[in-house]
Amino acid sequence: MNPEVALPVVIPFLFGSLSIVLYKSNAAQRWLGVIGTGALLIASIILLHNTYTHPDGVLTIALGEWEAPFGIVLVSDLLGAVMVVMAALMGFAVAIYSLATMGSEHEKFGYYPLLHLLLSGVCGAFLTGDIFNLYVWVEVLLVASFALLILGGERAQMEGAIKYVTLNLLSSIMLLTAVGLTYGMTGTLNMADLVGRFAEIENQGLVTVVAMLYLVAFSIKAAAFPLFFWLPASYHTPPVAISALFAGLLTKVGVYALYRFFSLLFTQDTGYTHEILLWIGGFTMVTGVLGAARYYEIRRILSFHIVSQIGYMFMGLALFTPLALAGGIYFIVHNIVAKSNLFLIGGVIYFLRGSHELKEVGGLWRERPWLGIMFLASALSLAGIPPLSGFIGKYMLIRAGVEAESWGIVAVALGVGMLTLYSMVKIWAEAFWKEQPEAHAERAAQFERTISERSLAIMYLPVALLAILAVLLGVGMQPVYEVLMAAAEQMRDPQIYVDAVLGGDE
Amino acid sequence: MEPLMAFVVGGMFAASIYMMLRRSLVKLVIGLILLSNAANLLIFTVSGMHRGLPPLIAEGALLPEGGWADPLPQALILTAIVIGFGVLAFAVVLIHRAYEVVKEDDLDKMRSTDT
Repeated sequence: MNPEVALPVVIPFLFGSLSIVLYKSNAAQRWLGVIGTGALLIASIILLHNTYTHPDGVLTIALGEWEAPFGIVLVSDLLGAVMVVMAALMGFAVAIYSLATMGSEHEKFGYYPLLHLLLSGVCGAFLTGDIFNLYVWVEVLLVASFALLILGGERAQMEGAIKYVTLNLLSSIMLLTAVGLTYGMTGTLNMADLVGRFAEIENQGLVTVVAMLYLVAFSIKAAAFPLFFWLPASYHTPPVAISALFAGLLTKVGVYALYRFFSLLFTQDTGYTHEILLWIGGFTMVTGVLGAARYYEIRRILSFHIVSQIGYMFMGLALFTPLALAGGIYFIVHNIVAKSNLFLIGGVIYFLRGSHELKEVGGLWRERPWLGIMFLASALSLAGIPPLSGFIGKYMLIRAGVEAESWGIVAVALGVGMLTLYSMVKIWAEAFWKEQPEAHAERAAQFERTISERSLAIMYLPVALLAILAVLLGVGMQPVYEVLMAAAEQMRDPQIYVDAVLGGDE
Repeated sequence: MEPLMAFVVGGMFAASIYMMLRRSLVKLVIGLILLSNAANLLIFTVSGMHRGLPPLIAEGALLPEGGWADPLPQALILTAIVIGFGVLAFAVVLIHRAYEVVKEDDLDKMRSTDT
């Protein structure tokens, strides 16, 4: 029984409730946002530390003292704990960024309570050890994300939200259907209790059908090919702090769930299921990066790149060797940091120039060299230039691909890396390198005057934090590598998870 | 009973998908409502249907004697109904607001964010 496992769920809930109580004071809500996410970050780092130093590497807590498999358990293994740390980090960065960028209209309509609720849902989804409970957490974070997405109520947000809401509801209901079928087949919903049950079932065709239902449900949430269309249609519509949070966290919940399900539960027929994952991964990489090449709007380019990089995460899971899994998790960590930071930088560019269109901005390298350096650190990291973090992730994945002799996916991964570099260089050349276009210089100057140096400094703070992290993850990757290899070993051996969750009463 | 319910659930899934493929916003939401109810009925059906068997055990016994109804799926369905209700309430408000802002009920006219 380890009470710290529940903290990452409880803390945001507590601070979210407090923010609702103090809804009249925007200033109090802002500070609660920073303090709450900061506390969450500390709690999650303690959780990761305790999980890593624990001899089993898995911590559990049975809610309401109802022992597994009868009650709901929260389980923190290394994969879950790492994801919780990343969620908390993003929440913290976005809370600071929001201090300077979030309009008071958004704050009045409950931006901060929703932010806490979203983080609570995300952490709950990462920590739960029960499938139905996972569905509930996914709904919690979805409802918060629906409301965040339409905050402001502009036309584009409404149009984006309809697609987002419809497809995510569809995937939730598929998940619910799969949960129901799982219960009908096995009589339990506890993940540890389910390990090995699927292999015993006579009608293996039915098991594969359920596995595919989970695959489709989570692939919609992860925005994998061919189910990603809702993402580029909606992610560029809300305020940029919200886009950054969504880009960092929401799709990763889907990816995390796939990692959990297809390492713990559905390993009875890897030749079939993981082959499908590999193909999905390849197509996701290619379509995402080609979609991005077409656009000249920063947030749209970045949205399509989210899709493309989901493909790499699928590749790690599909190859299913310890190195590939560790590489996949490393890639998720790196991607959360680098991609969200690029969104935040896109927001800074907007506040300096008044436009997200690359054709209308320019000259930033001369005026704001530090912003340029922070952009380069994140963008080159995303493209996979050594020694930055993206390179290490791609190296691990591609090396695992070579060891598994899956030459097709290796070639695709390398080619997509080149095209990612093309997109990043496009943003660099247009926004930073070229002169500010004369036609839009007036609006840019107007916008720059309205933003105070103090707000800019607040915006730079999380951007710099994440940029340094993107570099450090690459340069000082040895300790991270060790944690992630341990996480991958855990995923390869479900028995550790089962013993930790069910061992107490046997 | 189960085979009959299987057809009912299948019919509801089919109807909901048909509704969601229409272009009208209102029909889209009706499709979503049908879909969530279809999923609830499916959970109810796959976990076994029993008539007149209470989920109670005799005093002092550890296991129920003879057949018994499983209470867990009903708890799951109840939770799912509540969640589904909340989310669909949001969806109804969303299409109302979207209609006010966009002045269209036709999904084909709502594509300005797609390309």
